[in-house]
This record gives sequence, C-alpha cells and structure tokens, in this order.
Amino acid sequence: MGAIIAKLFPPSTYDSAIILGADAAIILVSAAVVIILTKYKRWQWLWKEWITSADHKKIGIMYLIVAVTMLFRGGVDALMMRSQLAIPDNTLLTANHYDEIFTTHGTIMVFFMAMPFIFALFNVAVPLLIGARDVAFPRLNAISLWLTIFAALLFNVSFVIGGSPNAGWTAYPPLTEMSFNPGLGQNYYLMSLLISGVGTVATGVNFLVTIIRMRAPGMTLMRMPMFVWSALVTSALIIFAFPALTVALALTLLDRVGGSTFFTLGHGGMPMMYVNLFWIWGHPEVYILVLPAFGVFSEVVATFSQKRLFGYSTMVVSVLAITALSFGVWVHHFFTMGAGASINVFFGLSTMLIAIPTGVKVFNWIFTMWQGRVRLTVPMLYALAFIPTFVIGGASGVMLATVPADYQLNNTYFLVAHFHNVLIGGVVFGLLAGMYYWWPKMFGYMLDERWGRRAFWLFFVGFWVTFVPQYFLGLEGMPRRIFTYPAGLGWTGLNQISTVGAFMMGAGFVVLVYDILYSVLHMVRDTTGDPWNGRTLEWSLPSPVPEYNFAVVPIVNDRDAWWEMKRSGNGQPNWPSAKAIRGLHVPKHSAQPFFLGLSFFILGWGVVYEWWWIALFGLVAVLASLVYAMMDYDEVEEIDPDTIRGIEGRFGRLQA
Amino acid sequence: MSLPLEWTAPETVAAPEETPLEFADTEQTHYIFGFWLFLASDIVLFSCLFASFLVYRGENLNMGSLGVVLPINLTTVMTETVLLLTSSFTCSLAVHELRRHRVRGVVTLLAITLALGAAFVTLEVRDFVGLVASGYNWGQNSFLSAFFTLVGTHGGHVTFGILWGIAIIIQLLVHGLGTKTARKVYTFALYWHFLDIVWVFIFTVVYLSTILK
Repeated sequence: MGAIIAKLFPPSTYDSAIILGADAAIILVSAAVVIILTKYKRWQWLWKEWITSADHKKIGIMYLIVAVTMLFRGGVDALMMRSQLAIPDNTLLTANHYDEIFTTHGTIMVFFMAMPFIFALFNVAVPLLIGARDVAFPRLNAISLWLTIFAALLFNVSFVIGGSPNAGWTAYPPLTEMSFNPGLGQNYYLMSLLISGVGTVATGVNFLVTIIRMRAPGMTLMRMPMFVWSALVTSALIIFAFPALTVALALTLLDRVGGSTFFTLGHGGMPMMYVNLFWIWGHPEVYILVLPAFGVFSEVVATFSQKRLFGYSTMVVSVLAITALSFGVWVHHFFTMGAGASINVFFGLSTMLIAIPTGVKVFNWIFTMWQGRVRLTVPMLYALAFIPTFVIGGASGVMLATVPADYQLNNTYFLVAHFHNVLIGGVVFGLLAGMYYWWPKMFGYMLDERWGRRAFWLFFVGFWVTFVPQYFLGLEGMPRRIFTYPAGLGWTGLNQISTVGAFMMGAGFVVLVYDILYSVLHMVRDTTGDPWNGRTLEWSLPSPVPEYNFAVVPIVNDRDAWWEMKRSGNGQPNWPSAKAIRGLHVPKHSAQPFFLGLSFFILGWGVVYEWWWIALFGLVAVLASLVYAMMDYDEVEEIDPDTIRGIEGRFGRLQA
Repeated sequence: MSLPLEWTAPETVAAPEETPLEFADTEQTHYIFGFWLFLASDIVLFSCLFASFLVYRGENLNMGSLGVVLPINLTTVMTETVLLLTSSFTCSLAVHELRRHRVRGVVTLLAITLALGAAFVTLEVRDFVGLVASGYNWGQNSFLSAFFTLVGTHGGHVTFGILWGIAIIIQLLVHGLGTKTARKVYTFALYWHFLDIVWVFIFTVVYLSTILK
C-alpha cells in the first residue's frame, strides 16, 4: 500500500510550496465547479446539451474552452520560468521543477492550446463558410473532441499524481529513456500525445472530406474563402504528418515500458532516429499551426477593409506551395547533427524558399488594405500587429536557416525568441483575431471592443518587451532551458526586461478574460447575424446559428457569396418561403464519444503506471465503445419543418 | 427583383441503375473517401516503420552485430504469404457478391477471408514465440526491435481487421444488405487489400532481402 502511494505521489508532486499551492488551487477550483453545477442544477443540462452533443458549433465552443484553459496553464508556467530567471542564482524553482515547467509549457501550448484553438475555429467556421449542415462525420468529430479533452486531462493529471514530464516538449532520447528518466512523467507525455494524436488525425480526415465533398452548390474550389483553403491544406498536413509523430512516440514508449532498444545508447539504438521522425512531423506541424492563422487574417483583413481579398489565386498557390515545401525542411531543426555540408545546404535552401510564398501572402494582405475602408476593430488590430511581427519572426528564421549562423545560434535564446515571434505573432494573434471575429457567431453577443483593445495593447507591447531582449540574450550566448545563471555575464538586465514583458502579457490575458466576463454582463446582442458587414456565408445566418445551420442550402455564385447576395439584393435579403423549408436531419446526441475518451484515458493511465490490468480494462472498454458505435444505426434525428419554420420566423427570416 | 439567395434545395440526384450499392447514397460515399484518407495516413505510419527498419538494419550491419541470421525458414513465410494473398482474393469475391446483392455469398466469403487471416496471424505468432524462445527478443539489439515492431504492427492490423470483420458479418446478418452495410463491407475490403500490399513489402524488404538472404 505504501509503495502504491509512493508511486502515486512522488516527492516532486509536493516538495515545494508553489506545487502545494497549485495543488490546493486545482482542488478548490474543481470543487467550486462541482458546487456551482450542483447548486444551479446544471448537471443534466451539461450532459444533454454539451457533453453528448455532436453539433459542430458546440464542439467548437468546447474546444475553445479547452484552449483558453490551457492557455492559462501554459501561461502560468511561462510566468514561473520568467520569475525564476529574473535574477541570477535564483532559488525560486529547483532545476527539476524548472525542467518540468518548460516541458509542460511547450507541450501544453502546442498540443493543448494551439491545436484545440485551431479546431475550435475550424468547427465553428468551416461548415458555415461552405454552406454545409455539419461536418461529414459528426460523431467522429465529437470523438476527436473527447480524445483531445481526456488527453489534456491525462497530461495535466501528471502534475498532481505521478510527476510531470521533464525532458522538454521535444522529448529527445536518450534523456527520455528509462535508464536516465525513471519517473512516470515521460510516460504521461507519451500516452497523452498518442491519444490526442488519434483525435487529431480523425479531425484532419473529417475536415478534408467535409471541404471536398460538402460545399454548397456553386462553391467551386476557387470560390472557397481563404480560411476554408487553409483548413483544407491543414487537414492534409495533419493526415500526412501526424503518423510520424505517432511512430516516434510509440517507439519511445516501447523502449520505456517494453524493453526495446530503438533510441537507447548501446544495442544499436540511435537517438537521432527519433529526432528525424519527430521533426518530419514537427516541421509540417509548424504550418498546421500557422496556416489556419493565415486563413483567419485573410478573412479579417478583407472584411474590415471592406474589400475583396487581393490576389486570391496567388494566396491559394502560396498555401499549396507552403504545404508541399513544409515536408522538405525538417533537418533545419538539427543542422548540428553533423549530416554533412551538402545535406545542410539543401535543407537551408529549402527553408529559405518558404519565405517566398509567405512573402507573397504578406503583400497580398497589405494590398487588400490598400485603399480599403479599414475599420480598426480588435480582430483587425491583431491582423495589423501580426504583419510586422511575423515578418521579423520570419526574417530571424531565415537567419537561423543560414547553416553557419545556426551553429552559433542553435539552442540559444535567439532560437527561443524566433519561434515565439512566429508562434505568438503568427499563431496566437491569428487565433485571438479569429476568436473576436467569430465570437458573435458562436455566442450571439459581441465582445466589448474597449476592453478588447486594452487586452490587445498589453499583449502586443508585452510580447515585444519579452522577446526582443531574448534575441540579444541569444546573441550573448545564453542557452535555452537553463534554470539559472550567475551574475556578471551581462544577462541580468535583459532577463529582467523580458520578465516584465511576460507579466504584461499575463496582464493582457487577465484583461482578455475580464473582457469576456464584462461582455457577458453587459450583453450587446448581435441581432442581425451580420455585425461586421461580412462577406462570407456564416454572416447570412442568425447568431447564434440554429442547430441545422441553413434552413435552405444557399447557391453560391461568387467568392464573397454573402457580400454578393447583399449587393445584388440592394441589402434586402430575400428570405425563403415557408413552403421551401423541408425537414432536416441533424446528428443525434450520443454518450459514446465521451465514454470512448474516458476509456482511452483509463487505458493511457494504466500504461503510464504499467498497471496492466487497468490498461487491459481500458482497452476492452475502448473496443466495446467502438463496437457500440459500429452497431448503432440510429445516428440522426429529424427536425420537422414546422420547428424550422418557427425558428426562422422568429428571426424574421421567412418570406411573408 | 433579383433574388439575392436562390432558395432552392439541391435536388437529390437519383443514382443510375448500375451504381453499386455502396456508392448509391452520397452520405455513405463520404465514408469511403474518408477511409481512403485514413489509409493514406496509415501508409505514412508504415513508411516510418519501414524507414526505421532499414536504418537499423544498416546500423546493425555496420556494427557487425548479428540479428540478421534469424531461425526463420522460407516455408513458413511463404505459407503466410499464400494465406494472406488468398484471403485478399476471397475478399474481392465478397465484394463481387456484394455487387450481385447476395448477402449469403458475402457473409460466407468474408468468413473464409477472416479464417485465412486468422491462420496467418497464428503462424506469425508461432514464429514470434519461436524466436523469443530461442533467445531472439527485441531487447537484444535495435534491429530486432525494428523487426518485431514493423512485422508486429502489420500483424496487429490484421488482428484488428479480423475483429472488425466479425462485427461486419454480424451487422450483415442483422441488417441485411443496404447502402450502409454495403459501404462497410467495401471499406473493410479496402483495408484488407491495403494490409496485403503492406505484407508484400514486408515479404520483400524484411524477409527476402534481409533475413532469408
């Protein structure tokens, strides 16, 4: 019994006041949620309306909740790192805790913040943008969501039970091998990413089929809004890149719990094989993250410049070029491996080539704004901030792609600054822009612009204050992932400025959350469904969108379909007659996706602890859940035409 | 006044007579397309395992460590190959029966396919057990790790296919032939042929050009 407790709660889960405080906070917040749900009798509502839902709009909102929660956790990790580094020889965190924190920061931000955020926007926007009633496989979509949620849960459980992973988000062997890293943290890392990977590939397949097969009549490929194009290529990237990650992680897991020798030292193991597999996934992953953000900017810039997107076809060619090139650059993550000059030159050049299509896109966004009537809303502010930020991040990327320079800059804060420059300046700005842009469509009310602007400025200025000093720290030779440094190296002042910036970004997050709460309290409803004077089909629907999306599927004649409809009807939409409305099928609610996720959680947890009876139980539950889904032939329910007429009538969307 | 939205519902196009059952319902064809995409993803997975196998083979040859001389004989591997290729043939016959709307034929041929698959898995497991019994386990060197993982992943796929196939036979018996069950038989057949193709590569790369060379 004592041994089991020691395994459940090793010293790293309670040996510092900060950890204990965080544990207490987790328990208190969970208890508060349970009490509130019980007090207001919301359990049934939660189960019936949300957990069992297969409606893409609700799934999108649930992804968004996961993403923002994880942004909080990853952000707290970042602030702890910056606090530790604020002064030389700081003892706020021990080396091991620092290692755990930079590992969970990176892993959470990539897999459980950015990815769910992207899927949130895909789910909310893509079916509406293409005039579809849902995604191709609604239940699979719910399964993806619950695999993501339970994987995120499994990863976060490691903080309280068993101990966090500590080998960096890239988890390079041999450090991740059992002989060097005997704790449970790496097992948690491997199992949670393997499980979320299954859900991610399913999402990729789902959206690729949806976009290829379910567009409204008249929407040819070249009439698809750019966000749909970015979702299309992102899905393809997911399908072709994620298996490499699965293999890299699975082989590490086999080494750890199965005793194989893929990445060990000795027995012919080759740690560099892992690094290759990891980055064959990892570089396309960079574009999986940033292309959706590009898509958001294309929508936002066109909408708030009141102009058609400039150079649409070159935009399409650019994303396709980026997609293809992204599979040919992975070695630039480890030029110092010593593969030889010719190989490094090839990958250096292919990396620099990507700057060309990216540059084309940047010019297209600028030309879209040129002579447009630009409205400085919050999404547009993020778009404007993105352009210079991303250009500088991209330029420092080209510097890193220069092989001899990389030998100096590799593994320093210059690299840290570079990838935060593109990941925050590109991805996070894009996702926040998308959140502000589609918020009224998701919830039916606007986010307050005033507080949104305040959050933006804190976040934007904080970003520069944080990362510009880090470029210089890198040039002065400060390596990444060190938990402290002695005074007198000239790093202290720059680190302190960086820490101040990080807390500004933290304040920006707090203001952003305040903006959401403020907007709930001072609810400004979006009664028209088209608050931004939008151009694409989602704005033709009421906010929030009814379960069935389109009462009658629109016919698309133009790239900016809704803009064209408004223009040709002199702003007087011609609503359908009650007669034209027929009964529709919507996906039935099902508890199966939730239970499948739970089963995977049990399986994963059993493997983490190598308690094989638990793992076997989880596996049987997974199979049972799959069989149940397979045998369930009753997947859709019908909404009768009168209900639809009622809803459309209430929004004033029926022909008199 | 011109209509901003042409509010006509898209007409459902009736499938022509000769359209096979599994393609008759548009919604079901989404699953077929989606399944092709899944297979694409699975090909990348196997490609990574093949690449690892080849890298570790080279590494172990360079090191001069053994592992390439395994007590595996050609007869067993040939038998496995014949079993799996035959099962692919019977699987095609099942789809042929599907096109002729004969549920009993589909069920019988699927059952034969699964039986052949089970025989294949049995032989493979016996091979693995024999290897481990004579001291060749995957902890010995990275070549053996890669060998067991690549071949075992394929075997795991076949095992999963057998379970899936049983579930499909049950559904055929319960629901008969419809657009949905037909689609399931069809995607199962795609999966089964895919495993066959992967085996052809394993046979060539792992057995013919490495172990039995």
